[in-house]
Amino acid sequence: MPAGTLYRGREGMWSWVAHRVTGVLIFFFLFVHVLDTALVRVSPEAYDNVVATYKTPIVNVMEYGLVAAILFHALNGLRVIAVDFWSKGPKYQKQMLWTVVGVWVVLMAGAFYPVLQHTLRTLFGS
Amino acid sequence: MSAETTPVNDATSLYDADNPAPVIEAPRKRTGKTPKTTRTNFELYGWLFMRLSGIVLVVLVLGHLLIQLMLDGGVSKIGFAFVAGRWASPFWQAWDLIMLWLAMLHGANGLRTVINDYAQRDNTRFWLKMLLYTATVFTVLLGTLVIFTFDPNIR
Repeated sequence: MPAGTLYRGREGMWSWVAHRVTGVLIFFFLFVHVLDTALVRVSPEAYDNVVATYKTPIVNVMEYGLVAAILFHALNGLRVIAVDFWSKGPKYQKQMLWTVVGVWVVLMAGAFYPVLQHTLRTLFGS
Repeated sequence: MSAETTPVNDATSLYDADNPAPVIEAPRKRTGKTPKTTRTNFELYGWLFMRLSGIVLVVLVLGHLLIQLMLDGGVSKIGFAFVAGRWASPFWQAWDLIMLWLAMLHGANGLRTVINDYAQRDNTRFWLKMLLYTATVFTVLLGTLVIFTFDPNIR
């Protein structure tokens, strides 16, 4: 461990880092998302125009990334609550993180087609 | 065996009854110098809010993602007509309103923590938080206004 740092590495620190990074990213998206939704008060065309951007392949892939960030933040958040409120939480925090990672991988695999179906169908035909 | 039963105040120990171990002040202990205005349990309630709102948001946000991005063709179906259909129901209006408020406050409090952790200069920290609070109030009010004043026959 380098001198002059309190960072301990391993599951505890890296899950904390990932929780921060995903949290900040989600907050910035939320800000933009409220602004784009506010366009329904301008005109149906203005709203549908900006939603068309959400249907392009690149942004559709970013939506899969958004789901990935939110899903990790949600699952790890439940783990943080368990660490804080469950008497054995701190003892099992590592096992709980790997459970979070496992559930995340399964749900992300399950979300792959539903989230990206728009792009998959437009790029590779019906 | 004898080492385990040796009293603490043996010849090699630094401390005894006349020379007790120094008292270490607890981190962030409130002292006479602590400003009176910070002597509340705000941080405790903030900590509790993050956990309570987090549990509610898991349901609201994951349900939102499922409906908007996965079911019925994923993002393909989204458009003005789809929004109008959903906000015709008070249930989904309430869902979106509660989700907006909880998510914005949860996110703003999270970013406040991040700013407090990394912005070291007092001025930088102050202005970053003012920017954050301004953006948060603006976004919450705008979103609330949009949900309450939505007009499906705008055109």
